[in-house]
Amino acid sequence: MVLLQRPHILLLLIDTHQFLQCWIAFGSANEEGQQQEEFSEELLVKPLPDHKLLAHFHFQSSAPPSTSNGCHHHLFPKAISQLVQKFRVKEMELSFTQGRWNYESWGGFDPISSSNAKPPGVELWAVFDVPQHHIDASWKNLTHTLSGLFCASINFLESTATYSTPEWSFPPASGNVRYGTFPCEAVCTENLTPWLRLLPCRDKAGIALLLDRPSLYRGFYHSQRLHLTSTESSSEGIDSGIILEQTLTVVLQPNSERAIEVHASEKHVQPSWSLSSIFGKQVSGRCVLAKSSSVYLLLDWGLVAELKFPNKENGKSAANGLTSENFWSNPSFELSVNPDRIFLEESSSHSKSLSILYMFQVEKYSESEPFDIGLMWKVPVAWLCQQTPLHASRFFMGSGNERGAIAISLKSTQFTEGFMSANSKDGSCELRVDVFQVVPWYVKVYFHSLRVFVDQQPRAVSDFIEKIHVSPSKDKMSPGVMEVVLKLPCRVNTAALTIEFDKGFLRIDEYPPDANQGFDIPSAIISFPNFHASMVFLEDDSLNRSPLLSKFQEKCPVMSYTEVLLVPLTTPDFSMPYNVSTIKCTVFALYFGSLLNVLQRRVAEEERFLKAKAAKKTGRLPLLLSKLSAKLRGSGINQD
Amino acid sequence: MEKVKKKIGSFSFWNWVTASIIFRLILIYFPKNLNLSSRPEVSTPLTSFRRLAEGYWLKQSFMSPYAGSMYHGSPLLLSLLGPLTINRIEGQPNHLLYSLVSVIADVVSAMLIRATGQNLRLAYLRSLESLDLVKQIEVSGDIAALIYLCNPFTIVACVGLSTSPIENMAVILCLYGACSRLIPLAAFGWVIATHLSLYPAILIIPVIFLLGCGPDSPPRKLFLQRHQQKEVLNQSKLPPRFSWGPVIHFAFWAFLWSVYVLVLCGISLKQFGGLWEMFKSTYGFILTVEDLSPNIGVLWYFFAEVFEFFRNFFLIVFHVNILFMILPLAIRLRHRPCYLAFVYVAICSMLKSYPSVGDSALYLGLLGWFVNELADMQFSLFLFCGYVGVSLLSPVMHNLWIWRGTGNANFYFATAMVYACLQIVLVVEGVSAMLNHDRKLRNLITGKPQDAKS
Repeated sequence: MVLLQRPHILLLLIDTHQFLQCWIAFGSANEEGQQQEEFSEELLVKPLPDHKLLAHFHFQSSAPPSTSNGCHHHLFPKAISQLVQKFRVKEMELSFTQGRWNYESWGGFDPISSSNAKPPGVELWAVFDVPQHHIDASWKNLTHTLSGLFCASINFLESTATYSTPEWSFPPASGNVRYGTFPCEAVCTENLTPWLRLLPCRDKAGIALLLDRPSLYRGFYHSQRLHLTSTESSSEGIDSGIILEQTLTVVLQPNSERAIEVHASEKHVQPSWSLSSIFGKQVSGRCVLAKSSSVYLLLDWGLVAELKFPNKENGKSAANGLTSENFWSNPSFELSVNPDRIFLEESSSHSKSLSILYMFQVEKYSESEPFDIGLMWKVPVAWLCQQTPLHASRFFMGSGNERGAIAISLKSTQFTEGFMSANSKDGSCELRVDVFQVVPWYVKVYFHSLRVFVDQQPRAVSDFIEKIHVSPSKDKMSPGVMEVVLKLPCRVNTAALTIEFDKGFLRIDEYPPDANQGFDIPSAIISFPNFHASMVFLEDDSLNRSPLLSKFQEKCPVMSYTEVLLVPLTTPDFSMPYNVSTIKCTVFALYFGSLLNVLQRRVAEEERFLKAKAAKKTGRLPLLLSKLSAKLRGSGINQD
Repeated sequence: MEKVKKKIGSFSFWNWVTASIIFRLILIYFPKNLNLSSRPEVSTPLTSFRRLAEGYWLKQSFMSPYAGSMYHGSPLLLSLLGPLTINRIEGQPNHLLYSLVSVIADVVSAMLIRATGQNLRLAYLRSLESLDLVKQIEVSGDIAALIYLCNPFTIVACVGLSTSPIENMAVILCLYGACSRLIPLAAFGWVIATHLSLYPAILIIPVIFLLGCGPDSPPRKLFLQRHQQKEVLNQSKLPPRFSWGPVIHFAFWAFLWSVYVLVLCGISLKQFGGLWEMFKSTYGFILTVEDLSPNIGVLWYFFAEVFEFFRNFFLIVFHVNILFMILPLAIRLRHRPCYLAFVYVAICSMLKSYPSVGDSALYLGLLGWFVNELADMQFSLFLFCGYVGVSLLSPVMHNLWIWRGTGNANFYFATAMVYACLQIVLVVEGVSAMLNHDRKLRNLITGKPQDAKS
């Protein structure tokens, strides 16, 4: 009995020991005032040139490295921390997107667009901290876990035919990256609800209260993103710290019926809006668990240049005089709420003008006095957002269902002109463009047919392609990956890459139920590694820095996604399996039977000779039988 | 008189040869090769020129040519023909040199067919003389060579830049070597043909018969019967018995050549996947029918439609179908090894997984050797009309299905089915006609009145 009980006691001892340790660790962390789990919620609103409004929600939770293995989290979602621990994810990004980011009018050269403009459908990439041969297994498990967590078909990314291993063109360059997209995923509210469940206040309080489903999904572009980075744990027992960044970017059309009625004659009048008019809700106070909770209004430098602030020339002095009236009530627009602070952009590459950021603290507001910022335009304004150095688009060439070509075309934008004029002194200025293209295996790409056209002239590939990495597609095994580094002269007007392909033919059970809809080719990623989008705002207290603003300060490479292409593939007749098998087998039987018949046929006289022989030898019964058989065969012989 | 006739004959032969070569050269100069190189009838995944170019490009960029599912040919072909796939001469189309190579291959094949045909004719005349049956025999070598050269299928395969002219040349080289008893050449042809497309491996049986007992002749039994009638047994006039010497010689050379080919392949694939990868993506690709793009065969649609569960079963059934007929045919036609080779080639081109018109061109050319024997073949007009009809209808159906989207796959599959049936009729009737020809000879010898239609 005693012996039997012993293990239980031992277990109990170990349990209490662990619990104590854990408790002590937690206590000590509290006492020493170390880093704690933090959560912050922010919303950035930005008017867009084409009468639309960008709303960018940014929620950040962070869990510091902790010594305990199994302690509960206070704010940080447990599902995510377990996922990071189990699959040893170093960095991961998952995005659900509907609609396409309009690079031409919404800009492509600012931190918001370069990190939040995503390809339609689901995009997932992850960096693992496991040995090379375990990465694929980890990836498969991760896709299944995320699929369950977000109610989406991410598990389709597990098959080797859909994900790829970017070698060097994908930004987090290392061998442990896996990248997959699933363009045909329909993103809707069932994906948003689990995403909101990761927030400590869900959508019950704070800024997330604004996330009204009908108004969100009515928008032109909707992208929810989840980015997590885990910091290296130095010692064994300590769990890795995790920073979870959840962003939701929507482009909405403010209800502008009233505005149109008023200024029907004027085309450039921007619609006036307020949070309650676009979301149908108001913010009634902050989420109590959040460390900071603020709303920003960003006026793009292009817009600021148009607005002609009275003291535009001495912007620095204006930044000091934050309370000065003229900044927030301008002759051209009016804000319904007084901003708490105003930030001016520190410096910028363009130096024409500086962006302005208005900040509103949500803490001050409550249920009785909800926060509702509004912007009222007084005069018409028109401006342009800063675009990517080259505007990328992708299209198919050719017709029919047998072959075709993919073309990626790059066109210079107004930015390139400015850039060129700035750098024209050197004479030899080069523009580096990275192209990353994944092609599914049923589109059989001929890599030897890669052609480069610069300013509509066919050029030698080796003149403009500095580096190329290709991993050809294997049928039903892996997609084809092409990574190209282009070096283009700055004066280039248009450049195009074309590559030919044959369309594959699949088995009937490999076609999806809607086979005639076509198959998607994921977006190509065009990045400009020489350019970095960042916005640095003057801040007085660097200690209490907002996560969103510090995110803006990070140098992220400018990149853009091309369109998703829909390639129609030939379909066989889906109703034919039995007919084809029977017809085919009949023909084979015909061949086999008739050839064998010809080979073993004996001619009439031979048969007669044999019969005579048999008759001589045998009695009556065999004779009868042979007569019978002769009669039966008679018809066949006559036909000969 | 005879001489004059012969002169005229040979003159017009060379005329026809030049005419066909000039016709090919004219077609080559058309822009984009009349798009023949991407026709499914001409370029299968195994013989496609674009895939060869892709394989060469992969190899040039230090990747295994078999890295993607693009190239499935031999690495030797890649080293020999690969350099011709890129532009060599400024201002000329890319494929010019490559198409010249295929024209040369076609002409060489035709010349080899002619020489073999003359060989066969001489041997046949000799054996008929020994049976005291003197008969006017047409010059089948010239006819076969002209059929091969002027056949639209051959021309299309040559201009469409497929590798089948070279595969066909290897097969013909093997038969030529065996007929003229050049054992190393025969072994070389057989090894190369097998290496390039696997199916010619079964030609080893006709080659052994050719080497063992000489070229086509009436059955040995007839000679014995004849001599029994005459009551004199003249051993010298009998066809030779099967001799194992040349066969062993052949086996030795075949072994030597295959070791040589494998070593060469191994060297050219040393830094990549090695020989195993080569076998997997050449022979493995042929045997497992992975590529389901439409061609003039019938397997692609079948395997696109059949349930995954039965796939392996049907793969075995269809491939064994080729092997099943080897033995019965070899027993019945052992005295006519060249004809046996023709039947095997025809069966393979009918049942192979990725057939093209180049394969049909080969057996139709070989058919020319037997114009005398097959004179009373049935359905020859029907077959001719059928071939013409299918070769006109099949591109139309393909166009309707793939390019216009108005037809569907069944239309194209139906023409492929008809084409398979035509080939079946050709093989069955051909074998039957040859057996009847032997019966006729025996009836002539035994002096019995000929049966109405034996």
